[in-house]
Amino acid sequence: MSQEPGLMTVLLAMFAGAIRVSTPFLFVSLGEMLTEKSGRINLGLEGTLVFGAMSGYAISYHTGSPWLGVLVAGICGAGFGALHGFLCKLPKVNDIAIGISLMLFGTGLAFFFGKAYIQPSAPRLPSISFGGWSDHPGIRQALEINPLFLLGIVLAIFLWWALKNTRYGLIIRTTGDSAPAALALGINVNKVRLLSTMAGGFFAGVGGSFLSLYYPGSWTEGLSSGQGLMAVALVIFARWHPIYCFWAALLFGAAGALGPALQSIGISRGYHFFNAAPYILTLIIMIASTSPRRSLKGAPGELSITK
Amino acid sequence: MTDTTETPALAMQTGLLAELQDRFRRSAEYVVIPILALIVSGVLFSIFLLALGKSPADFFALVWRGGFGTSFSWQNTLVRSAPLIFTALCVAIPARLGLVIIGGEGALVLGGFAAAAIAVPMIDWAPVFVLLPVMVVAAIAAGGIWIGAVGALRHYRGVNETIASLLMFYIAVSVLNFFVEGLLRDPSDPNKPSTRPIGSENMIGVIPGTDVHWGLIVGVLLCVLLYLVMNRTTFGFAAQIAGGNLRAAQAQGLPVGKLMVVACAIAGACAGLAGFFEVAAIHGKANASLIAGYGFTGILVSFLARHNPLVIVPVAIFLGGIAASGGLVQRRMDLPDATVLVLQGLLFIVILVSETFYGRLSFFKPKGDR
Repeated sequence: MSQEPGLMTVLLAMFAGAIRVSTPFLFVSLGEMLTEKSGRINLGLEGTLVFGAMSGYAISYHTGSPWLGVLVAGICGAGFGALHGFLCKLPKVNDIAIGISLMLFGTGLAFFFGKAYIQPSAPRLPSISFGGWSDHPGIRQALEINPLFLLGIVLAIFLWWALKNTRYGLIIRTTGDSAPAALALGINVNKVRLLSTMAGGFFAGVGGSFLSLYYPGSWTEGLSSGQGLMAVALVIFARWHPIYCFWAALLFGAAGALGPALQSIGISRGYHFFNAAPYILTLIIMIASTSPRRSLKGAPGELSITK
Repeated sequence: MTDTTETPALAMQTGLLAELQDRFRRSAEYVVIPILALIVSGVLFSIFLLALGKSPADFFALVWRGGFGTSFSWQNTLVRSAPLIFTALCVAIPARLGLVIIGGEGALVLGGFAAAAIAVPMIDWAPVFVLLPVMVVAAIAAGGIWIGAVGALRHYRGVNETIASLLMFYIAVSVLNFFVEGLLRDPSDPNKPSTRPIGSENMIGVIPGTDVHWGLIVGVLLCVLLYLVMNRTTFGFAAQIAGGNLRAAQAQGLPVGKLMVVACAIAGACAGLAGFFEVAAIHGKANASLIAGYGFTGILVSFLARHNPLVIVPVAIFLGGIAASGGLVQRRMDLPDATVLVLQGLLFIVILVSETFYGRLSFFKPKGDR
């Protein structure tokens, strides 16, 4: 360790960053994954995320309970999901475009109501210490883990199990793979998609509340660095698999932490390309794994972006 | 106007009249539905304001004053409209082929950067009439290649154009930041990392008697040109067919791949040109100010205009006016500047939802079809 302190610092910073930054990615991408599994894409999760961050912070400020804030953020997110699901079921309405408009609308509403909450400070979410065994302050700090991160892992495993093994999972997958087949089975396609989008919105809202209530830990207008939009790429990267979503979220978090970590040991060149690494990687994976004749492996058949 | 030879003159006349009426009804649909959508969003937004205890009448009066009321506000509006016209074209042209490109902001950023970057080594010796054309070419090439690549990826690799263009926006931003904070950073500017300024003598002037730069005129001309290209040429016709039914177009032997790449390249070139004007007429250098969201508002403009290049101009001016009035609304009504964002989002949603009514309202259908 003493031979290469620089490398250790970078690795530790990436590890800490992966844990700290990945939670919103994880929740938003799980939400997006669930929505896409039902055959619709929601590009508006960025707006949901930002609104979740604002509403969670506001509730935590007024009630003093950050967990109530998380819940309300999720409910607001489900509301945006319901709006998306309801509007997209109308004929000739494009789900991609509706997503963009809801992104604008959600962000606008969050900024509108959030003006009053930029100054005051609200109670933040607590963290659990897992680093007691180590003397290294860096490791101890890295292992200050937020309960939401653990909740996200549980959620990922649950979704993976539920999509594979339960009746509801089968209904969602059928709806996403072939609407005619789902219709033939007597499934109400629009209802399944509405509920999936609502659940996806709920997760995205919770992911947003993490931003304002834990890390960075306050409400500002520049809080989100596009995590909601990146989630769309992340889900493709993870091939619509909940467990891969978790690994992808960790990777995106670590990639984001790489730039500042390198800067801290004096390497500042190419810093911006490390920030872009997740996008470049996703693009390369999309190029490498698609062809004009078949869509991405694991992609829901009804999804407009892979058709 | 079928079999006119056998019908008596009178019947022919009434037939003609009925056909004209039908035509009028059908085209009225494209005027009435958007206007209704505007009214509905206005009503919804008024309810929103009333719920907050603010007066909608005051708000709309202020938007009118701040956007279109005085010659000063008109100029402010038009300066904001110019980049919107270009970035809306970046959405509208590929939309004819059924492609949804949302990364126009990336082409704008990269176009502006390319223009500023190529100018850096030339500032000291090149005269204006050499420098500016070179910058234009660089901006057009950068934007065109950027979005053209999205079209190529779509056709040859089946990569979704919406996601690819979005990813490439982030990549474009990091390219800009990398060079602006590193290799091309102007050391004499300690505040905001920027490229070296191109110098005021090399900047594009304003239209005489106004504060509005020439980009607006170029944008309007480009809209007319692209309208003609998309509606009066073989290329535009082929693009329309490919957008209507890809398989049919391929079966007809149309070069679909080439159409996609060319349409996307034209689109990117338009957005790149927006970047050029931002650099050469507003900022004078490339820096993070280029990322102002014009590319994303352009998506809204294009959808509002139903991807028609001629309609883009008034819509861009309309939205530019709303954006320009933000400051006045903020000061006079004690509303946050995000109010304008809420209005834009609401407008966008209602316009998209109004799509569902086309062809479904019996009033607009030809008589026989009801």
